[in-house]
Amino acid sequence: MRSAVIIFPGSNRERDMARALRLICGREPTMVWHADAELPAGIDLVVLPGGFSYGDYLRCGAIAAHAPVMAGVRVHARNGGLVLGICNGFQILCEAGLLPGVLMRNGALKFLCREVHLRVERSDTPFTRGYNAGQVIRLPVAHGEGNFYAHPAIIARLESEGRVLFRYTSPAGVPDPNWNFNGATNAIAGVLSEKRNVLGLMPHPENHVDAAVGPTDGRGLFAGLVAHVAQAA
Amino acid sequence: MKARVTVTLKSGVLDPEGKAIEGALRALGIAGVAGVRQGKVFDIELDGTDARRAEVALTDAAEKLLANTVIENYRVEVLP
Amino acid sequence: MPSEVKITPELVAQHGLKPEEYQRILALIGREPTLTELGIFSAMWNEHCSYKSSKIHLRALPTEAPWVIQGPGENAGVISIGDGLAVVFKMESHNHPSFIEPYQGAATGVGGILRDVFTMGARPIACLDFLRFGDPAHARTRHLVAGVVAGIGGYGNSFGVPTVGGSVGFHTRYDGNCLVNAMAVGIAPADKIFYAKATGVGKPIVYLGSKTGRDGIHGAAMASAEFGDDSEQKRPTVQVGDPFSEKLLLEACLEIMAKDCVIAIQDMGAAGLTCSAVEMGAKGDLGVTLDLDKVPCREAGMTAYEMMLSESQERMLMVLRPEKEAEAEAIFRKWGLDFAVIGETTATKRFVVLHHGDVVADLPIKKLGDEAPVYDRPAVEAPRQPRVTAADAAPPMALADALEELIGSPDLSSKRWVWEQYDHIILGNTVQRPGGDAAVLRINDGPKGLALTTDVTPRYCEADPFEGGKQAVAEAWRNLTAVGAKPLAVTDNLNFGNPERPEIMGQLVGSIHGIAEACRALEFPVVSGNVSLYNETNGRAILPTPTIGGVGLLDDFSKFASFAFKAVGEPILVLGETKGALGQSLYLREVCGREEGPPPQVDLAAERRNGELVRALIREGGATAVHDVSDGGLLVAFAEMAIASGIGARLYAAPVTMAAHAFWFGEDQGRYVVTVRPQQAEAVVVRAKAAGVPVRRIGSTHGNALTLPGERSMLVAALAERFEGWMPGYMAQGIA
Repeated sequence: MRSAVIIFPGSNRERDMARALRLICGREPTMVWHADAELPAGIDLVVLPGGFSYGDYLRCGAIAAHAPVMAGVRVHARNGGLVLGICNGFQILCEAGLLPGVLMRNGALKFLCREVHLRVERSDTPFTRGYNAGQVIRLPVAHGEGNFYAHPAIIARLESEGRVLFRYTSPAGVPDPNWNFNGATNAIAGVLSEKRNVLGLMPHPENHVDAAVGPTDGRGLFAGLVAHVAQAA
Repeated sequence: MKARVTVTLKSGVLDPEGKAIEGALRALGIAGVAGVRQGKVFDIELDGTDARRAEVALTDAAEKLLANTVIENYRVEVLP
Repeated sequence: MPSEVKITPELVAQHGLKPEEYQRILALIGREPTLTELGIFSAMWNEHCSYKSSKIHLRALPTEAPWVIQGPGENAGVISIGDGLAVVFKMESHNHPSFIEPYQGAATGVGGILRDVFTMGARPIACLDFLRFGDPAHARTRHLVAGVVAGIGGYGNSFGVPTVGGSVGFHTRYDGNCLVNAMAVGIAPADKIFYAKATGVGKPIVYLGSKTGRDGIHGAAMASAEFGDDSEQKRPTVQVGDPFSEKLLLEACLEIMAKDCVIAIQDMGAAGLTCSAVEMGAKGDLGVTLDLDKVPCREAGMTAYEMMLSESQERMLMVLRPEKEAEAEAIFRKWGLDFAVIGETTATKRFVVLHHGDVVADLPIKKLGDEAPVYDRPAVEAPRQPRVTAADAAPPMALADALEELIGSPDLSSKRWVWEQYDHIILGNTVQRPGGDAAVLRINDGPKGLALTTDVTPRYCEADPFEGGKQAVAEAWRNLTAVGAKPLAVTDNLNFGNPERPEIMGQLVGSIHGIAEACRALEFPVVSGNVSLYNETNGRAILPTPTIGGVGLLDDFSKFASFAFKAVGEPILVLGETKGALGQSLYLREVCGREEGPPPQVDLAAERRNGELVRALIREGGATAVHDVSDGGLLVAFAEMAIASGIGARLYAAPVTMAAHAFWFGEDQGRYVVTVRPQQAEAVVVRAKAAGVPVRRIGSTHGNALTLPGERSMLVAALAERFEGWMPGYMAQGIA
C-alpha cells in the first residue's frame, strides 16, 4: 500500500503517522506539502495527520481546509481513493465538507490526553476489516475539540447507514455517558463518508502500534487497509 | 472602508463555553443573567468605496471561511 | 550623540539601576548614556541577565564530566549519550509573569525554554514543569493553577512536544509568588551542535521569526523586582505566545541548520534583541552593528529603545554564512516567517545601534557583560533547628487514618487533573507516563532510553539550606535510579527571595554549596541552569526552592522499572537505613500540624552504594517493582505502589527499636522499596548485605488492602479514592 501524509503548517503528528505506516506497511510514506495542489501519482491512502494546523486559529481545521493540497485530496476521494483524517485531520475533512458535521470544544472545556475504549461498530469497511465487529479497542486521545456534532437529521442518517465506525464506550463496550469523555453526540468517535472511502477519527491509532512502548490496538486499522489494497490490486 | 462580520452559534447548538461564562458571571455577583452565547466579531478593512461590492465579497468570505454554516450564523455590516 | 531624553535619577531608578550602578556606567563609557543605552544597560545588568548576586557562588558548582560536551554559559547544556547522540537540556523560570497573567506567563515560559534547546540544533523531545502554588485556601491559588496548567498545555500541545513530568505542590509561602519552572530536553547529533558564539568579521546578522511589537518591555526588569501592591498594573508588560509560530520557527531553523547556513544562533528571550546581539558578539570577541530600520515590526512608529528591549516571542538571531543567504531566506519564506539582515559583525568590539541614520548606542561590547556588577552580598546562615523526636511528635490519630490524610493531601494526591491536560504521548516515545518516579522515553527507535525528573523539597531547604540542597540532588538521582537509569547531569533552577536580605543570601549560598557537594559525590554535574531572585511580596519570601532537573540514561529502554506492584505473593524489601527522621516530614506537617525540626540528613556515600545496587538489580531483571522513598515515608510509598496496581500488601510490624509512626512516616533518605520474585528474595538480601546496603524484609504483596499489625485494614480502593479525589474536587469548586 502506498501512502501519503500531508503536512500543514502546525501539523505535529505527521512523524508519528509516518512511523506507524512504515512499521505496518513496510513502506515509507510520501510526505506532501500543503501548498502542492496535486498528490503524487499512484497513492492508495492519503492521511491528514493530527496537530494544530494554523494554530487552530479561527476554528480547528478551518484554514487548512482551503489549502491548495485539498484540491488533490478531493480528486483522490472522488476517484474512490482512501482518505484517513486523524484528530486535526478529521476536523479539516469536516471543514472541507468531505465529511458531515463539525468537531466542537470538549464538553468539559479542557484538552484531555488519556486512553479511551472504542467499540468498532462494523468490520466490513476498508478501515475496520482488521477488527471484529463489536470489538472493544483501546486508543489514546489528545484533543480539546473532539465533540462531534451534526444536525439531528444528519446524525440519524449516519446511524441508519452504518457510517459511525467507532464509538466511545465503557471497557465492556457499552455506550455510557461516564465514558463519553468529550460529550460527542451519540459518543461518535469516527465517521465514514457516503462512499465509504473517507474516514475521520478523533483518537490516535498511530500512537498504539508499537509493542515496545504500549498497547497495539491501533495496528488493526492500518493492517486492514493494507489487506484491502492488496485484495483490490 | 470598514466592515464588520459577526458570527454567532445557531440556536439549538450546545454552547458549553457560553454556559461556563454564564456561571462565572453569576459567581462574580452579576445578577439577572439568563443566558450567554459566545460569538465572534471580525473587523475588516477594505479598499475601495463600493459598499454593495464589499457586502457581496464579505458574504462570500463568511460562507467559505469566517463561519462554519453547519453550526454558525453570520451577519455582514458595512460601517458608515 | 543625540539623546532623546534627559537622564534623571528617577529615570535611572525606573530602570532598576542603583545609583552606584549608574556611576559605574558613567565611568565605563566616559559620558552620559543615551536613553537607548540606558535601556541596554538596565537589561544587561539586571539580576536575570547578569546573575550579579549569584555569580560568585555559582562557581562552586561542578560542571564537568567526560560525557559533558557543553556546560553552563550557552543557551542550554549538552551531554553525550554515545552512538553519536547528544542530549540538550535546560530549565528556566517564568515566575513573575505567571503570577501576573498565568496562562500567557506559563505559555511563554515553555516557549522560551523550547527555543533555548532548539537554537542549539536539537529537536525537543520532552518538557517537564515544576510548579509551586500558594495555600489552596488562598483566594488566588485556584485561578493560578487553572491558568498555568492551561498555558503549559496550550503551548506545549500545539508546538508538538510531550509534557511528561514535573511536580505540583502547595504552600502558603507561595501565596504571593507562584513558581513556574519549565524544563525542555532535545536530541541532536553530537557533532552538529550550534552555539551562540559569533565568528568572522563582516558576516550578516539575521533576524528570524515573528515580528517585533511592544510586548514585555521591561520584562527582564520585572523578573528582578519584588511585587508590591501595584503588580496589577504590570499586566501590559506580559508577552503573548504563539506556539504555532514557534513550531514553524523550529522547522525552519532545523532546516537551515541542516543546510549549513548557520555560523552562530541564539534565541531572543529576556531583553530580546539586546541580550542576544551583545552575547553573540561578546562571546566571539567581535563587535556588532545593528540597523534598526531593518527590524520587522508589527507596530507602527517603534522607537529604538522599544525595538532593543521588546520581548516579543518566537524570534531568533543568527550569524549567517553569507553565501547561503538566498537559500536560508527561501526556507524561511516557505514557512511563512520573517527573515531580515539587520546588521553585521565587525572588528571594533563595539556594540553600535543605528536608527533613522543616527547612532543611538555605541558601547564596548565585552565590557557590557564583563563589567556588569558582581556582588558579594552579606549572607547570614539559617539557624539550626532543634531536633524533633518521635516522642515529641506523638501520633494524634491511628496510623491508618494518618495514611488516608496524607495520601489525600494536596502535595501527595494525584496530579492527574494536571497531566491529563498535557499531551504526554505525542512523538510516540513515552514509555512511562507522568505519575511515576521519573518519566521514561525511548530515544528515536531505541535501544537507548532517557529518564527525566524534577525534584526539590523546599521545606527541607528552609530548615537547613545546605542539607536541603544536597537532598534535592540526591532525590533527583534516586528517582532516575529507581527507573533503572544512570544519572548523567543536572539543570538547576534556583528560586529565592530578595538577595539584598542576608537571610535570603544565606539560603542561596547554603543551597548552592549543598548542591555542589551532592553533585560532586554522585558524579552528577550541573550543565545549565537559571537563577530567579526577588520572589517576594511585601517582604514575605517564598520557601527557598532550588529545583533540580535530572537526566539519566538507560542502555535499553525496555528494561526500565516502575513502582506498581506486579503480582501478589512477592516479598517486599526496603533497601537503605530507616532511623525514623520526623523533622520537616509531611507527617509532622499534615497530621500533627507542625513545621519543625531539621530535615533528614543525606549520606551521599550511602546514596551511591544503595543506588548502584538498585540499578544493577533492575538491569538484571531482579526487581519486579521499584520505588524511591521520599515525602510521607514508607507507608506512603507502599500506598502509591498499591494504588498504581490495585494490589495490596501484608506488612510486618515496625521494629521494636523505634516508635511505629516514626518508622512508617519518617523521611530518611537513601531508601528504595523493591519487590522481588519469591525465589530470588534470599539472593537479593545476601547481595545487599555484601554490598553494604542495609536491607529489611517488610512484608509481601497480597490481596486488595494494606494490612499492618494492630491497625485496621486499609483497602486499596479507598486509598485510591482519596488519592485521586483531592485535586478534581478542589478545582471543581469556584466554577459555578
